[in-house]
Amino acid sequence: MKFAVIVFPGSNCDRDMHYAVKDVLGAEAEFVWYEDECDLEKYDGILIPGGFSYGDYLRSGAIAATAEIMEQVKEQAEKGKPVLGVCNGFQILTEAGLLPGALMRNKDLSFICRNQRLVVENNETMFTSQYGKGQIVQFPIAHGEGNYFCDEDTLAELKRNNQIVFTYESNPNGSVENIAGIVNKEGNVLGMMPHPERAVDKWLGSEDGIRLFQSILENWRKTYVAN
Amino acid sequence: MLQTEISPEQIEERKVYREMGLSDEEYENVKKILGRRPNFTETGIFSVMWSEHCSYKTSKPLLKKFPTKGPHVLQGPGEGAGVVDIGDNEAVVFKIESHNHPSAVEPYQGAATGVGGILRDIFSMGARPIASLNSLRFGNLNTERTKYLFSEVVSGIAGYGNCVGVPTVGGEVQFDDCYEENPLVNAMSVGLIRHDEIQKGQAKGVGNTVIYAGPPTGRDGIHGATFASDDLAEDADKDRPSVQVGDPFMGKLQIEACLEVIKSDALVGIQDMGAAGLTSSASEMASKAGTGIEMNLDLVPQREENMTAYEMMLSESQERMLLVVKKGREQEIIDVFTKYGLKAVAIGEVIEEKVFRIKHHGEVVADIPVDALAEDAPVYYLPSEEPAYFREFQKMENAIPEVENHEKMLRTLLQQPTIASKEWVYEKYDSMVQTNTVAGPGSDAAVVRIKGRDKAIAITTDGNSRYIYLDPETGGKIAVAEAARNIVCSGATPLAITDGLNFGNPTNPEIYWQMEKTVDGMSAACEKLQTPVIGGNVSLYNQSKGKAIFPTPIVGMVGLIESLEHVTPSFFQEAGDLIYVIGDAEAEFGGSELQNVVNGKYEGKAPALDLDKEAKRQSQLLKAIRSGIVVSAHDIAEGGLAVALAEKLFSGKNLGAEVELAGNPTVELFSETQSRFIVSVKPENKDAFEAIVDDAKQIGTVTASGELVIHVDGEEVVNQSAEQLQALWKGAIPCRLKSKE
Amino acid sequence: MKKKVKVYVSLKQGVLDPQGKTIESSLHSLGFKEAANVRVGKVIEFEIAESADLENQIHDMCKKLLANPVMEDYRFEVEEVVRP
Repeated sequence: MKFAVIVFPGSNCDRDMHYAVKDVLGAEAEFVWYEDECDLEKYDGILIPGGFSYGDYLRSGAIAATAEIMEQVKEQAEKGKPVLGVCNGFQILTEAGLLPGALMRNKDLSFICRNQRLVVENNETMFTSQYGKGQIVQFPIAHGEGNYFCDEDTLAELKRNNQIVFTYESNPNGSVENIAGIVNKEGNVLGMMPHPERAVDKWLGSEDGIRLFQSILENWRKTYVAN
Repeated sequence: MLQTEISPEQIEERKVYREMGLSDEEYENVKKILGRRPNFTETGIFSVMWSEHCSYKTSKPLLKKFPTKGPHVLQGPGEGAGVVDIGDNEAVVFKIESHNHPSAVEPYQGAATGVGGILRDIFSMGARPIASLNSLRFGNLNTERTKYLFSEVVSGIAGYGNCVGVPTVGGEVQFDDCYEENPLVNAMSVGLIRHDEIQKGQAKGVGNTVIYAGPPTGRDGIHGATFASDDLAEDADKDRPSVQVGDPFMGKLQIEACLEVIKSDALVGIQDMGAAGLTSSASEMASKAGTGIEMNLDLVPQREENMTAYEMMLSESQERMLLVVKKGREQEIIDVFTKYGLKAVAIGEVIEEKVFRIKHHGEVVADIPVDALAEDAPVYYLPSEEPAYFREFQKMENAIPEVENHEKMLRTLLQQPTIASKEWVYEKYDSMVQTNTVAGPGSDAAVVRIKGRDKAIAITTDGNSRYIYLDPETGGKIAVAEAARNIVCSGATPLAITDGLNFGNPTNPEIYWQMEKTVDGMSAACEKLQTPVIGGNVSLYNQSKGKAIFPTPIVGMVGLIESLEHVTPSFFQEAGDLIYVIGDAEAEFGGSELQNVVNGKYEGKAPALDLDKEAKRQSQLLKAIRSGIVVSAHDIAEGGLAVALAEKLFSGKNLGAEVELAGNPTVELFSETQSRFIVSVKPENKDAFEAIVDDAKQIGTVTASGELVIHVDGEEVVNQSAEQLQALWKGAIPCRLKSKE
Repeated sequence: MKKKVKVYVSLKQGVLDPQGKTIESSLHSLGFKEAANVRVGKVIEFEIAESADLENQIHDMCKKLLANPVMEDYRFEVEEVVRP
């Protein structure tokens, strides 16, 4: 399986994401600079890493969301390929309309970096099948604008479709319904504020993130390799 | 514009150079060097290059005393940052730098640009920055202004550091009244590099091209404020100098572009434009290479209209770099910057004649021998005088402060801002990006692993200025020794230090005496502990209303952990482990937290430091750690053994400790006697541990009770739930910030 | 002719504005008790050539980039460019 790690000006978790899928998971991964003339068709999965694309100017993720490469990401998402956006990647996905809702400033207005316990609400996605339902996992969070917001209709829809994938055990930022990560209706685009790619090594304090990447890999194998 | 500038004659007649910071004697010296009167731009260039910040003219005689060589040192003082070998063809590049005055004026931007500046020093050496730390000093959080300065500085560090993707892994914050008007903001950064990629800021090769890379130049940070006098009304430009504003997004792009550029063999030299911007970077690069540089200012990208040569040469606009590139290969380099959306343009060339020649609007506006700026800067040997306060303190007996209730005192100490948890600060920093942070903020030393290897580096910053105020020589030794203790506790061998020296006005002989003695003490400790000084920074004149800060050298130390298995936590890990203390407590309370709480002042002698004892204990502890028989290690610092014991329980593991001590309870619990550690060891390793560490004494065991219980001579003096103590310790700073004056 | 456009972006009514809340409580503690419903927004200014379709153009910019319709409202003003 081959991943594209999309790099925008100001992305800063791109190398961490690459390390997690390539060095820890053992999959193939390549950096794709947002302006490169590159066909995303040749990748099996797309990773949009965290950071401060365009300095978070205007709104987090807003400017990156307008980049041409996001059109390609949309096309690949429509084909059902896994697309994972973490932190700033999540913000970009909502700004680009690939996921509903928006990420606002944290309720207490400050950036928060710490290890955070999460609940796996939905383990029936291609990103979470290796976790148990209701399992508690620990991923770091590191964001100033991770306060998930959507209107009541959208929230009802998220619940109806089982699109809420991760919630915070205790809410660090004011997110609606403790939401930490959601998928699109089709289930192949996941956006989340916590960083699974920072939880891939015992020396870093948690290995809980590895299963997320393994889930993607296993599901890809089941679909494309096994038969 | 040129025509509004005053003439060389007027500069001399009206002594305008004085307002720029040159003395009469220095001005005469400039005239002698040039063989004529300097014009306005040249006077400005000399004044910044001969400022303390660029020339170290008053501190140089002292800095020479530092040991700077060692088997691991690949680059000592002189380049942007020092470089130390860590094996496997890899090295670490590190430096600390102050941004005190800008932070006092505009705390958010002052701190942010401090972080940006130190990062540029690191990546301009060719290294990828892998960690940042900060040493901060503020007043006692009693006034709204101090709280404002504190929270804005923290926000500024977070704002810049988080955005550029370099983890802020540690540092420290201390609070004392002497910093009320003069907060200190010292930023340290560490980079990782391969030996063959180390860059030097040199303008070699006559005919090679000088390239300016980064955002356009504005009137940021020009020290022109001094020209606002009536005498100079004819020259008065309406655009007064502004605060330097950092753009971390630009900084991040600059890091990536520069790290890509250094891979090209078209690059000859690279240096950041820090203090005195274009002037210092260009003249230093030429001076180091034994060449000259000619630049045309019309080619320099400009953000504002009608900028004068003086303004362009002295601007401190942020995120700019100066490069020297092989002639004919400029485009390759420019293309890399363009990819990252950065402007890079050729603005001059390397010339044979050793002069610094600046052209603007077709005229030569500066023509100065290169070495005159960098090498021939004046050096001053200032008078020094032992202050009366020191003699008085030395005569005082070591008194034991009155403590009625030791348990209550422990709670009070844990809530002192200097001791209390700094979680409020460090949760605002991204400490984990780059996924190498094995031990982050809140540990004795930060531990950052080297990916792909079984090794890590340990990093700390330390500097207890209370001891240094009482006795600069002893305090200077303690600053270095304490940093080394933190490094050793994490499982690392100390390698080298960078120093941030923050003092008051050096022309006051008593302040100069403090500087002198501090450097003597630090040098002695660096020799003994084999940690040479590989670079640093001096910040003087930290005083206001005639009151100077405590002499505050910050020691930034880096150590090497040879195997990840040696990484040692500071917290107790498991019930049943034996608790050892290394070293005995004496009645030493000068400069201690307890003295401040009980007496409301610092006085008397600083705790003594025996460097032989220090070195022996450190090496024995490290040997025990490497033998795999030490479960946890923590040094005993502010607040003494009781505070250190409590801190060892603050891991959320719900452990407790049962400890038996003998002697005076106040001394046993709160003395700040130096060279001491608390260590936990498995019962089965008791004999092995005692065989390695001479001065270790078992004082108790780790329990599962969640209670800290301390007996002295059989009497219970402390019995407290660790959870409650932790809550007090964690809540103290947020609580102070919320309370109203 | 050039026009100057000022776009005002603010959080939608009903969306919690913690910055506004913080400022409001600071105003109150300074004695400005009468200040209520403090909201924080941003102003984006730019110059643009006049055209018949200008208003639609600006709406388009706001919807596509300058404001996020999920959480923000916007309004704008168009003025003559005044050179000092």
